[in-house]
Amino acid sequence: MFSWMKGRRSKETLKDRLELVLAYDRAKIPPGKVEALRNDLLEVVRRYFPAGNSSVEVEQDGDKVVLMASVAIDDPQPKKK
Amino acid sequence: MDAKVIVVTSGKGGVGKTTTTANIGAALAKLGEKVVVIDVDVGLRNLDVVMGLESRVVFDLVDVLEGKCRMSQALIRDKRVENLYLLPASQTRDKDALDPEVFKEVVRGLVQDEGFDRVLIDSPAGIESGFRTAAAPAKGALVVVNPEVSSVRDADRIIGLLEAQQVGEIRLVINRLRPKMVASGNMLSESDMLDILGVKPIGIVPEDEGIIVSTNVGEPAVLGKTKAGEAFMATARRLRGEDVPYPKFEEDKGFWAALKRMFGGGA
Repeated sequence: MFSWMKGRRSKETLKDRLELVLAYDRAKIPPGKVEALRNDLLEVVRRYFPAGNSSVEVEQDGDKVVLMASVAIDDPQPKKK
Repeated sequence: MDAKVIVVTSGKGGVGKTTTTANIGAALAKLGEKVVVIDVDVGLRNLDVVMGLESRVVFDLVDVLEGKCRMSQALIRDKRVENLYLLPASQTRDKDALDPEVFKEVVRGLVQDEGFDRVLIDSPAGIESGFRTAAAPAKGALVVVNPEVSSVRDADRIIGLLEAQQVGEIRLVINRLRPKMVASGNMLSESDMLDILGVKPIGIVPEDEGIIVSTNVGEPAVLGKTKAGEAFMATARRLRGEDVPYPKFEEDKGFWAALKRMFGGGA
């Protein structure tokens, strides 16, 4: 709690939150639903790439809201020693 | 104020109504009550953002009213404070989506079926239909007012309407008071407001930059240590019937103060 007091300035947090909120508002989608979709996507990705480090981000692209998934595939064929 | 269901209103927009709702709600929950704060500003919701719960909104008040989801699906539990819940407004619907009688039923259900000790309703500003709906189930009202001409004037209008609707006990929350300006006789004090409006204050909140920071990060000020946060906490205690003394933000009428003012000491 109150981690913002040290380090990050609060307006940066505000800017991030506002960008996200406005993206959802413009797209007329409830943010919680996207959050749920994002968790589902990550779970599915993890099932197939257990070691991979992946993320799903919501971004505003002009007048479109874009859901971007980045899936890192670590060592698809591990070398045998 | 014994009322379980309290509407938070103001005549004018931008006086800090949503901040007041969020903070008094969080404060009451901290004091052990099971609290739900309801945003009734359909089409222009903001309480979720001020409380930092915006990313968890899936269903809203209108969905509940239209039977699209169960109450439990729409209530968002605050993870920082135990027993604090938010019922968000719809961002996409219009103001007429809410019927006062149906809203009354929903609030009755929150108290009787969900066991809430306190329901705080964040009303839209002004005197339109949204205000009437928000006030319909209320048994008490907090009128948020800034010590400035337009705010006091519009608050008077709202107080008249609340009295006509017989909401019960009406109290003022004076927000953004500048103690130095009050002391120097350049800002309306709490007793001035009582004289003008005939309604007793229950909370006096000083202007505080800390509030901006707490709103930026979506964490109610009563969870930290700021002057405004302490003032909201004191307001919540008074609401519960505790005898909390008011801080002294009054004009200093003594001889030395008058002398000081005469020589330009007043800010």
